[in-house]
Amino acid sequence: MLMISDYIRPKSLEEAYELLTNKENSQLIGGGAFLRLTSKDIELAIDLCDLKLDFITEMDTSIEIGAMTTFREIEKSNTLKKYFGSILSDSVKEIVGVQFKNYVTIGGSIYPKYGFSDLITALLALDTKVILYKAGEIKLEDYLKEKTTEKDILTKIVLNKERALTSFKSLRKSSGDYSVLNVAVSKNRDGYRIAVGARPGAAVLVPEAEELLNSSATINEEIVNKTANIASEGLSFGSNYLASAEYRKDLCSVLVKRALMEVIA
Amino acid sequence: MKAVININGRDRELSFEPHENLLEVLRRYGYSSIRKGCDTTSCSVCTILIDDKPVHSCSYLVARAEGHKITTVEGVEGEAEKIANLLIDEGVDQCGYCSPGFVMTLMGLKNELKNPTDEEILDYFMGNLCRCTGYVGQLTAIKKYLEVK
Repeated sequence: MLMISDYIRPKSLEEAYELLTNKENSQLIGGGAFLRLTSKDIELAIDLCDLKLDFITEMDTSIEIGAMTTFREIEKSNTLKKYFGSILSDSVKEIVGVQFKNYVTIGGSIYPKYGFSDLITALLALDTKVILYKAGEIKLEDYLKEKTTEKDILTKIVLNKERALTSFKSLRKSSGDYSVLNVAVSKNRDGYRIAVGARPGAAVLVPEAEELLNSSATINEEIVNKTANIASEGLSFGSNYLASAEYRKDLCSVLVKRALMEVIA
Repeated sequence: MKAVININGRDRELSFEPHENLLEVLRRYGYSSIRKGCDTTSCSVCTILIDDKPVHSCSYLVARAEGHKITTVEGVEGEAEKIANLLIDEGVDQCGYCSPGFVMTLMGLKNELKNPTDEEILDYFMGNLCRCTGYVGQLTAIKKYLEVK
């Protein structure tokens, strides 16, 4: 059972960071959903809910999304749909239910780099930067690879405001369950991006597969099949209670193909 | 800890531990319509409204609810009775354990979506688990309540 000795809602990021770094055994609260299922004993819970970090703002060349923005707000955002199609709403659509999506936050999902995350895979297929209070700006793909030990606060993410054709695909054993595997594809004027997540490790891009697409004059079914094979052969997969590594490998080529066919249609 | 929270239109001062969620504390204060199901954010039996939006009361810290408006079945008794009668008409009331969460989710849907399609209703209720029935009767009852075809 989760135990919390003290709880505070800081009024500024500076205050939140001070508390996080100066107090031993302190813990940030984003949505609180995953934390609630743990048996941690926390001295100080620092709730970020009063920091006005729930926003989706269209800037000149980017779209900024605050760390405390809920999955439901992502799902319903017309701004995100306008530039990126339904990739982000599709990625959160089947996560538990509307009750869950009304309090689960993007910061709470991205900061811990959850391998099972559907949203991270979709964001990785777009050009996304993570903004940390202390460490500053870092590309999402680099952030996911980094072994961070320093405590920090994810304040917002920034998406390049470039219209893209997109697709998100996942397989679940039942609706609302975790993804066995998920795939996200986007294509804008810079080329294709393919992300694969829930392997079950954290989502990764597949540069070799992207390269084949970007260097092909026309994309037909043959190229799509080749790309799907490169992705499933090139990535590593693991086994857990949802599926074996072999199954995930086979599934990867199927989902990459389905997502790509949708993008080129 | 102590906090003043607006519950069903009335400000109440609640005493609680920092790690306690709304589910257990609201039940302790007499809001016994709220039921515990899976207690792991999966079944939506414990659904209440916070600022008119459905959330799992089993995973929402009481401390975080300060300054927000909470609605439980006790605050929407008239509508709850209408919905209960529609469920009975469809023969899908059965054990009734999931009904409070079902009623509050329907209140949330009504606040959020105008003239929803079947697909939108089913998406909205994706997290509401019922162990007795097959969901078809519930969909009919929801549509009758919302007066949509």
